[in-house]
This record gives sequence, C-alpha cells and structure tokens, in this order.
Amino acid sequence: MATAAPDQLPDQLDAFRGEARAWIADNFPPALKGRDNAASAIDGPSDPSDDERAWTTAMGNKGWGVPTWPAQYGGGGLSRPQARVLQEEMGRAGAWNPIGGMGVMMFGPTLLEYGTEEQKREHVPAIAKGEVRWCQGYSEPGAGSDLAALQCFAEDRGDHYLVNGQKTWTSGGQWADKCFALVRTDKSRKHEGISFLLIDMDAPGVEVRPIRLISGSSPFCETFFTDVKVPKANLVGHEGQGWTIGKRLLQHERSSLSGGGGSAGRMLAGKPVSQIAKEYRGTDGEGRLDDADLRMRIVRHEMDQRAFALTLRRAALEAKSNQGPSAATSIMKNVGARVTQDRAELAIEIMGMQGLGWEGDGFSEDELRQTRTWLWGKAVSIYGGSSEIQNNVIAKRILGMLDHQ
Amino acid sequence: MAVLNDEQVMLRDMAREWADNEAPVTAFRRVREGGGDAGYDPATWTEIGQMGWAGVVVPEAHGGSGMGYLSMGLVAEQLGRNLAASPLNSVAPAASAIAMGEDEAARAEWLPRIASGEAVATLAIDEGASHDPDRIETAVADGRLTGVKRFVAEGDAADLFVVAAADGLYLVAAGEGVTRSPRHMADGRGHAEVRFDAAPATRLGGPDLTRAAADRATALAAAEMLGLATQAFERTNDYLKTRVQFGQALSTFQALQHRMARMFTELELMRSVVEAALEAIDAGRSDVDQAVSLAKAVGGETTRLVSREMVQLHGGIGMTDEHDAGLYMKRAAVLEAMCGNAAHHRERFARANGY
Repeated sequence: MATAAPDQLPDQLDAFRGEARAWIADNFPPALKGRDNAASAIDGPSDPSDDERAWTTAMGNKGWGVPTWPAQYGGGGLSRPQARVLQEEMGRAGAWNPIGGMGVMMFGPTLLEYGTEEQKREHVPAIAKGEVRWCQGYSEPGAGSDLAALQCFAEDRGDHYLVNGQKTWTSGGQWADKCFALVRTDKSRKHEGISFLLIDMDAPGVEVRPIRLISGSSPFCETFFTDVKVPKANLVGHEGQGWTIGKRLLQHERSSLSGGGGSAGRMLAGKPVSQIAKEYRGTDGEGRLDDADLRMRIVRHEMDQRAFALTLRRAALEAKSNQGPSAATSIMKNVGARVTQDRAELAIEIMGMQGLGWEGDGFSEDELRQTRTWLWGKAVSIYGGSSEIQNNVIAKRILGMLDHQ
Repeated sequence: MAVLNDEQVMLRDMAREWADNEAPVTAFRRVREGGGDAGYDPATWTEIGQMGWAGVVVPEAHGGSGMGYLSMGLVAEQLGRNLAASPLNSVAPAASAIAMGEDEAARAEWLPRIASGEAVATLAIDEGASHDPDRIETAVADGRLTGVKRFVAEGDAADLFVVAAADGLYLVAAGEGVTRSPRHMADGRGHAEVRFDAAPATRLGGPDLTRAAADRATALAAAEMLGLATQAFERTNDYLKTRVQFGQALSTFQALQHRMARMFTELELMRSVVEAALEAIDAGRSDVDQAVSLAKAVGGETTRLVSREMVQLHGGIGMTDEHDAGLYMKRAAVLEAMCGNAAHHRERFARANGY
C-alpha cells in the first residue's frame, strides 16, 4: 500500500498524543461524556449548562475546535496528523467538539483564503472561540438553483454600501450575529456583478422571519434588508469577485454535507432499518422478516448504504494518495440524500401508523423523532445544490457532456 | 480505484495496454466467427500464460506470483473492458481451491502447470440453471465422482475440473468418466454441460472450501463486470457526443445527461463494492461472504442498467450485430446469472445479517 510521507515523526506524534490526552483529562467535564454537540441544523441553540460553557471556553481558548487553522487567528495550528491524533484522543475520552456552525464549516476557511489581514483578525478568532454565529445570505425567492440571478442590491454610497433586498433559506438566521451574503453591486453583468459582503444581523433595517417547515421546525428564515448601511471594510475580495468566492465557499459546504463531514457520519450511524423491522414486524421460523417484499427492499437499502460507506472510504484514501479530490466525490451529495431518504421512508413504512405520530401521547420519543426526521430529510436532496443540479455538474464537469448550441 | 502498490499499478497498466493492443473487441469477434467450442483463441491464452496472469493467485512456492485477488481483479477488469475471451476467471478460483485444499500432491502436480497456462482448470459447482451451492446431488463413492453439471464455464476446454459434491470439493482430470457437450450461449464464450460418471476424484476439502472457491469466482465475475460496465458507459458517453439529431449532439440533451449522471453514480458505487470484496478475500476477513454478495448484487444491477442503456442510447445502430453494444449486453447478461444473480446475493446478504 502506498503511504503518504508523514510530516511528523512518530515519536513527535506520540508526544503530542500524550499532551492531548492530558489536556482533555484536565478540561473535559466527565458529565458531558458521549453527548454530542446539539447544534444541528434542525434545532436552535439550547441553553448551555455550566459544564458546556466551560468546555466551550476551554476548547475556544486552546483553538482545538478548529485544530488546523493558523494559531495567529485563534486556531490550533496543528498539522493534519496531529489533528487526527486529537480526534482519536477526543473519541477515546468520549469528548466532542463544541465549536461548530457555518463559521467553522464554510465561512472561516473561505475568509482565511480571501480576507484581508484586518478581516481575518476581526472575524476568525471569534469563530474559533465559538463566540459569533454566522448565517449564509445566498438564496433569494427568485434565485435558488439559478443562484447567480440574485437581485439583493448593494448601492455604492462612497464610504459604505446601502443594501436593499431579500434573502431566503437563511439557516439559523434568527440566532445569527452576522451574515455572509452575496449581493449585486452591478446590475449590468450577471456573475461578474456579484460581491461578497459581511452584514451585521443587528444593523438597523435587517428583519428576520422564521419559515415553518413541513417537519414543524423553523431552522430557516426569510431575511429582509431595508436601507441597511454596511461599511466598505466589510467587502471580501474586490467588487465583482463574489461569485468566485461564493462558489469556493459552497465547496466547503458540499464537502461537509456529504463526504467525511459530521452529517454523513451521523447518517450512517444509528440503528439499521433491518433491526427496526425486527422490532416492529413478525419473523418466520428461521428469523426472516415475513413480509418478503419489505425484506427485499430493506436489503437493497442496506446494500446501498454499505456501498456509500465504502465509497466515502475509497474517496478519502484516493484523495490522500493522489493529493487531489477523487472523481467519486461528485456523487456523494446525491447518494447521501438517497440513502437518508430511503432509510426514513422504510422506517415509517415499517412502523405503520406508529411511525406517523406528530406529538403527544401514544408515541415514544423515538417514534416522534422518526416522523420529523422523515419530513426534514426531504430537504437533503434540495439544499446545497439539488440532486438535479448535482446531476448537471456530474454530466458537465466529470463526463464532459456538451452544452446546448 | 483502490490504493495500489507499484507492482499492482504495473500489472493494471500492462493488462490495459495488452487488452487494447492484442485483445480488442475485434479479436473476440474473430473467435466468435471461428465457431470453435472453446470460446477463446488458444494462441491468446498462451500469451496470457507467458505474461504470468494465470499464476497471479497461485502461491510463489508453486510457480505463481501470489499477488492475490485485488491484483487478479485488476486484470479481469481490464480484459472485461474489451470482452477479451480467455479462461482466466475460471482458472484462478480453481487454482485457489487446489492451493487451499488438503491434497499436497495435487498442489505439486497441478499448480505449476496452471500458473504457466499449460493446464486450464475450472470450477464445476452448479447443477441447474441457477446458482445454488446448497443443492448439490453429485456424490463420491470409493474415490469416484458421479453427477451432472449443466453449465460449466470453459467446460469444453478445461483439462481439470474442481467439482462440488454434496460433501465437499473434488479434483477431477478430463478423461476417464468425463463427457462434455458444448452449450452455445448468447455471449459466444465457452460453456459446456459436463457429465461425470464414476470419474476418479481427489478430495480437496469440505463444503467450506466449496463456498470459498465460489466466493472467489463470484468476486472475479464482479471484477469482469466492472470493466465491462465501465467501458460500455464510456463508449455510450462518446457516442452521445457525436450523434447529431435536431441539429444538436445528443450529449446536449438534459434528459440524457441525467441518465448518464445516474449511471456514473452507480458505477462509482460499484467500483467501491467490487474492490472491497477483492480486498476482503486478500485480507482473509471473516465476512468475505457478505462483501462478495454485496459486490455481485450491486454490480449485477449496475451492469444490467448500463449495458441495457448502451443499446437504448445507441438507438437503431445498437440493435445491429455490426455494433458492439449487443456483445456487451449479451456478455453482461451471462455474467449477471453466473455465480448467482443479484436476487440470490440479496437473499444471502439478508441471512448473513440476521433478517
């Protein structure tokens, strides 16, 4: 097997492992053991306990919530092998990373690449400490899959921009402190007329309305900008560079939505559907599910899930050995969505009426969660580039299929 | 593509180059039109033997290179791309059965000859039209084996049969007590019904060995399907770029782009499961059966999708014998049925997972 050249000698890594283990033992409150970071896209922030607050502060000050970001901007400054060791040691101790959100997954890496020195100093350390929540101002009512059709306008007023327009599907907008937004600075050019702007959510003229989804939760908002003044220092890159920067950011989003990111891991965890079926349905004398049709559809799903997990593993190994992304990466979003949705559909089918409870008595917590998970899961093939857009991307970029003349 | 070592990269590139230069689809057409029962060109097989590919899974002590199944799968995939006709995928699992078996004399006698390509060995497991290793009536009494195997790959050309009986696996040399009748099938390759009538047999091992040999044959069939399906897809993609209707290349139509994107997606998943099965064999994992069933079931469905779409997306030309699309579809269908179809392996996978 080919191995990548290690940039750390094994004994140095061992020394770091000792350091990490000791630090986690000193700082991680045992009461939080095994509990995962609750800040998922479905739920809003909950009131943190004293232990959670202490753990967040400790990790924030150490920079280990963003282990590979540069130390000068509040990151951990660790090499990748060190970060892997840290992750292993956290897992060993039952500890979890309390620093997360869009700032970590998408905006931080993008700003480190495109921001000025002042912008990086202002924003990155606050993300590393988990002090500032960011939201994404991309989609508009008339600009979804065709994002570059966005109209939200930032008018040049000398020392500032005056922003007017509407954004939608703003994840966590009601809880966010700041928004990274794509705005139009030039109406005469489509892609080249877009700029990347940072907007305070508490600035006068910003209004947020949560959108209630079919699952009953409201993780997204409509965001309205009416004569909002934004200092010119908040422009990232130069005017007209927004599309390039915005696309780069979406690469971070897609990689965290599918490959390697937490959501893929979460999706592949959990009880196998075959197990749920054995709990809710009958089996024959040999322990086989007696609904033969359901049984075969469960096998297909579990094989699909296994194939997906093996493909995630293969893509990670290939990326490491080729020093570049694997072509397999392009399929992850769609297959991840398919596996998630098939699983939820099978689960509610298996549970029958018991799997469609909305709230109140007569249903276990797991059953109620199953209903909401099924409904929320319909978003997976829509957000972050719908399955249809992903297929366009595969056809054009990977297969080199042709444009209409 | 799995992460390969230098030796494996060399083997893959060499197999690819050889298949493109020496065994393109036109070479298979010549075999088919030649009308022989063997289903391959003996001169081609001699070349394959000289290159050492017949010995990739044969231990070094017995004249092979002992590189294992991931390596063997790389060769099977490259040859599968061009429908290259050879008994390689039958020889390898038969050789493994002998190597893993309990008869030292059989190892010493046969493995070096198999590794050099001099002797062609094949597995004879199924007695009916569908793979069912649990239903075997072939029996052995006083060292003599009796039974009928209706579809034996390379059964007409083989010098040596590794035969499943109810109580395990046996070695039978062509000759006394062995009669064969060729079965001409849609794929134009070598298949035969083989009758054993009190044929002298050497015991290799019990039913576990039968399963191990069948799993190896199945994994290689999946590797051949991976090459076949990949090439069928690439040729279809190329064709869509050249065929013009309504003043547009077909490649520009979104309805077709999305079908192609879906096939590409399935092919990427297929590659992962096929490579994982081959690696599981090499690593001697305890769940080889699951890994192999996953590869054959997922691979079978994808091969069916891609090979049928190859004909459909080529339109009328895809229906002609002159075009290769039909050859790909016919070989695909035989491979799908061989060693257990997708439904068989879904059933086995469900049982292995306790439901």
